[in-house]
Amino acid sequence: MILQTLAFYLFACIAVASGVMVIAARNPVHSVLFLILAFFNSAGLFVLMGAEFLAMLLVVVYVGAVAVLFLFVVMMLDIDFIRLREGFMRYLPVGAMIGLVLLAELAVVIGGYFMAPEFGGPDGAMPGPTVGAITNTEAIGRLIYTDYVYIFQAAGLVLLVAMVGAIVLTARRRTGVKRQRAADQNARRPEDSVEIVKIPTGSGV
Amino acid sequence: MAEIFTDTLWPWVLFIWPWIKIPVLIIVIIVPVLLSVAYLTYWERKIIGWMQYRKGPNVVGWLGLMQPFADGLKLFLKETIIPSGANPIIFLLSPMITFVLALIAWAVIPFDEGWVLADINVGILYLFAISSLGVYGVVMAGWASNSKYAFLGALRSAAQMVSYEVSMGFVIVTVLFLVGSLNLSDIVRAQSGGFWNWHMFGILAPMGVVFFVSTLAETNRSPFDLPEAEAELVAGYFVEYSSFPFAMFFLGEYANMILMAGMTSILFLGGWQAPIPALDVIPGIIWFGLKVAFVLFFFLWVRATFPRYRYDQLMRLGWKVFLPLSLAWVVLVAGIVEFTGA
Repeated sequence: MILQTLAFYLFACIAVASGVMVIAARNPVHSVLFLILAFFNSAGLFVLMGAEFLAMLLVVVYVGAVAVLFLFVVMMLDIDFIRLREGFMRYLPVGAMIGLVLLAELAVVIGGYFMAPEFGGPDGAMPGPTVGAITNTEAIGRLIYTDYVYIFQAAGLVLLVAMVGAIVLTARRRTGVKRQRAADQNARRPEDSVEIVKIPTGSGV
Repeated sequence: MAEIFTDTLWPWVLFIWPWIKIPVLIIVIIVPVLLSVAYLTYWERKIIGWMQYRKGPNVVGWLGLMQPFADGLKLFLKETIIPSGANPIIFLLSPMITFVLALIAWAVIPFDEGWVLADINVGILYLFAISSLGVYGVVMAGWASNSKYAFLGALRSAAQMVSYEVSMGFVIVTVLFLVGSLNLSDIVRAQSGGFWNWHMFGILAPMGVVFFVSTLAETNRSPFDLPEAEAELVAGYFVEYSSFPFAMFFLGEYANMILMAGMTSILFLGGWQAPIPALDVIPGIIWFGLKVAFVLFFFLWVRATFPRYRYDQLMRLGWKVFLPLSLAWVVLVAGIVEFTGA
């Protein structure tokens, strides 16, 4: 038990410290790398809570895919650090307001859980995971594919719209680009394109 | 003498065993993996040599068997050069990340019935997560080197590994539909009773092929070794590395190859299971080793046979061939499982 407590404080401290470093680091690439460290430590916290499925999903989705693309973009951008610093004071009120809203929402959720825990859970008004012999992968699967299937599908639709939007914004038909058509290439036969000519000795073609 | 051991030493061993158990097991796994990495480089040169009518390494030691150690010693004695424009911390961190990621994944690999360090419920997801992190070593190395060749190699690698991960994920989903568990030992147990029960010889056969080709792309192996294409990028992301950081990249890459071969054998070739039940007397770890060696031979065979893909062809294969195919197979296998209740 003491080991778990120590592990919790280790993960939590590193997560918070790297979260601070994300906004404090001067180099944007360092910021993204600290963000990845923060993701990792949150995954560690999930494991400590026994939510190993969520921990692995966090690593696969956020660290393995989202942050890679993020890093990809940040590395290619030529960011002017001084101009970035100048904008800091101007955006501070908006940023602080968003932070406050998030904090209030977090307080509402956690406060609601502590004041009325019976609202969630298997017998509550909102269906919650059944605690028992099944693994938490199965518990999450049952929950999102039965009770919350419409919300789950709606989330999928939102992502689909975002994906279509990204493609529409970036795809443009360029003229004069030679494209490879693999099907056409494979459909070509030697007899269509190569001709064997018998040339009598002594005469040209 | 024997009494001294049984009376005084043995209780001490029993006393400290719970503390040293995990470190000892880790060493028991890591040392053979590193030895296999050393000899994989040997066999790669040997096999490609045979395929090209050469002899391969045959000078250092009997049949050239000491060649990997000579190479390792040579790399160890070289000077570690950090380019002046490089970011030294990230420059040195990235080979370590590659190396460590290649080793920690072995924690969940079942070598035989019950022979697994961490028998976790989400083993296959853990492997998938660790293998998807491999891109960081490459990308960070390319960026920290402050060199255009290294950077181009890193960008290629990032796009390539992210693309092929998607279809790998779907292939794993099709396997999970049939098995019904994310535990690697359960996946192997589901394929018991002979080679006709292995996933490679059933409805999942095309997925096995897709998975193997994706692992080639995921480990940056030929014909998908564009991140280190020597023809246009000198050596790609590790062009600025020398000495031991280079050796760590090298070891990490080959350990990843062995890991991917192990993953293929667990998912599709029945892991530690014997091909026919009568051969069960041979220990499972030998079967597992043979299967890993078999898949690794394919890695080397492909390298000696196929020319390198062009970059747009690589992306086409990943997004326009493998992704629709694996997605269709997910629907097909889900339908079969739903209607037959298998």
